Amino acid sequence: MSTTMGNGAEAVIDVSGLTKSFGDKRVVDHFDIRVERGAIYGFLGPNGSGKTTTIRLICGLLTPDEGEGRVLGLDVRREASRIKEEVGYMTQKFSLYEDLSIRENLDFVARMYQVKDRRRRVDDALENLGLANRSHQLAGTLSGGWKQRLALAACLIHDPKLLMLDEPTAGVDPKARRDFWDEIRRLSKEGVTVLVSTHYMDEAIQCDFITYIAYGKKLIDGPSAQIPAMVGLTTWRAEGPDLAALETRLKTLPGVEQVARFGASLHVSGTDEAALEETVKTLDAEGTHRWTLQVAGLEEAFIYLMAGARDNFAGGAAGEG
Amino acid sequence: MGRGKGDGEGEGTMERGRGMMRNFSPSRFLAVLVKEFIQMRRDRITFAMMIGLPIIQLLLFGYAINSDPRHLPTLVEVKDDGPLVRATLAGMATSTYFDFSGTVHGSAEGETALRRGDASFVVVIPDDFERDVVRGLSPEILIAADASDPSAISGAAAAMNGIVQGAIAQTLTGPLAAQAGGAPPFSVIIHRQYNPEGRTSTNIVPGLLAIILSMTMVMITAVAIVKETERGTMEMLISTPVRPFEVMLGKILPYVLVGYVQTFVFVTAAAILFAVPFEGAYLAFFIGFNLFILDNLALGFLISTAARNQMQAMQLSFFTILPSILLSGFMFPFAGMPGWAQALGTAVPATHFIRLVRKVMLKGAGVADVTVEFWALTIILVAITLIAMLRYRQTLD
Repeated sequence: MSTTMGNGAEAVIDVSGLTKSFGDKRVVDHFDIRVERGAIYGFLGPNGSGKTTTIRLICGLLTPDEGEGRVLGLDVRREASRIKEEVGYMTQKFSLYEDLSIRENLDFVARMYQVKDRRRRVDDALENLGLANRSHQLAGTLSGGWKQRLALAACLIHDPKLLMLDEPTAGVDPKARRDFWDEIRRLSKEGVTVLVSTHYMDEAIQCDFITYIAYGKKLIDGPSAQIPAMVGLTTWRAEGPDLAALETRLKTLPGVEQVARFGASLHVSGTDEAALEETVKTLDAEGTHRWTLQVAGLEEAFIYLMAGARDNFAGGAAGEG
Repeated sequence: MGRGKGDGEGEGTMERGRGMMRNFSPSRFLAVLVKEFIQMRRDRITFAMMIGLPIIQLLLFGYAINSDPRHLPTLVEVKDDGPLVRATLAGMATSTYFDFSGTVHGSAEGETALRRGDASFVVVIPDDFERDVVRGLSPEILIAADASDPSAISGAAAAMNGIVQGAIAQTLTGPLAAQAGGAPPFSVIIHRQYNPEGRTSTNIVPGLLAIILSMTMVMITAVAIVKETERGTMEMLISTPVRPFEVMLGKILPYVLVGYVQTFVFVTAAAILFAVPFEGAYLAFFIGFNLFILDNLALGFLISTAARNQMQAMQLSFFTILPSILLSGFMFPFAGMPGWAQALGTAVPATHFIRLVRKVMLKGAGVADVTVEFWALTIILVAITLIAMLRYRQTLD
């Protein structure tokens, strides 16, 4: 973190053509990405789309079959083990030792990374966690939220420059989730680059950049704010009585590709702006609901992408054979 | 998993000056080792099993199989009666080995009682026994023994000699004293039925060491490795710079030490509780025992590459332990097995270790006497390790 280039243009990750197969299944297919220092980059996609594998390739946990590039200034193929030293990896499932105490776990991880001044670092981590007085408690006895905080503390103990989070807040209550993301934001401000793989909306909206992956291929990549425009959705908002009936009816009408319920309103979206407007006009004429044109948000884009991926699945699988 | 092929080519400047760690790191290895010991200590049931198992098994098997059983049900078929017969039978009764539970008439009856397990011995005093003794014809008392459990009768059988001597000394006095000296006036033939080999009890205790080591070493190694994968902690481990070799060594070494402790406890207990001698060279034992432990660890490692969870690891371990018990010569005499079973038994490390231990502990063998076993254990070790490494490589990436 001694870098003086703070202009935001410094590429921490710059890889191209990353490809990885397990057996005859190609999990990651010619993946390119460039990530700037301090960015929070979301890897979205349905289960099994290759998000986690892609991130593991970037972080040096897996060796790519093809492709090249540099991560943290190190060659992604030949210096994988040195990349590992600079990466903090938080797994989706709690992966510390449940039969070791909180302190023993932190100490063990610190030893794995050969952290200097280990004892002090572990003490500091315990202090920051607010677990100093419970340090001898076994990790397995912690609640979900505390386990997640401990896991984060463990993967930060060696001051990684790159943080990889695999669905980090799955199964964690909203308060803990907010605290968690506050911490991630703080780290990002300090220059830590964060990669998040997720298929959850509320994790996706925390990201500065989003790349959408399906079948190991990158479909969309850009700043979060531009994602809805990239998807090209037009969204209308409907308010009024009996939304459930309206929803059922809408799904059969031309131009409507997605109907999502947001509180007391329906968000009706489609990529064919004209066709959708035609449908909305017809419905508006009935006068039962109030229709307003809406700027398509990340939520709509996200739902659209996730639904699209499911549709692709059959076609894509057949195509790839 | 996921290690760079030519990691650390020396290019790229490391900001933290930790560039010296591309090779084996003793401190990381030590950390895995310490962690393993802590986990071992916390897992009380497994820990109790590792330390308690040798003792419990030794006590169970040792006393059950190996004790010097007394008060064995005995039937007599008395076809002649007289002071010598009475003295002999009284001597048998007072030795406490034999409990006379009744009489039989005819050999068929006695045989049935033996087969059914109603009696361990049937003593047959022949017709005109007393007269033949006086005439110097040296008649024979026949004892049919159920040797299907050889150790059960061996003590009693061994005691017969003394009993006979006592009876002679007590009875053949006065004019018959001439018969007491010189050639024995009569003899006792013990007919071991069902198991003519009749091994001694001390043979079983050393064999037990092989079984206990197999059980704990194979199972615990396999489970300890599979546990990391099953609990997801392997995912965390591979994300750190730790090398697979450091993990393997750090995980396995604690169990080698457990094997040492088990053996020490066992040999000590065997000497104190069962007076099993240790006649041979300690070095021969030490080399053989280390080879055997390595065999078992390699086997456990092999199992861990195949098993997906701890349950499977346990099942596969049991699968390998059964041949160690049944085909190694521990339970059944090796020579008595059919050819195919002997071939299978030869592939089992316990077979060679049991032979080695029996040779060293009981027959006083030195290093030169057990080279065959050393070779066998080494060949098995190389074979298992090769298969395990091949399998391990397949599971990479």
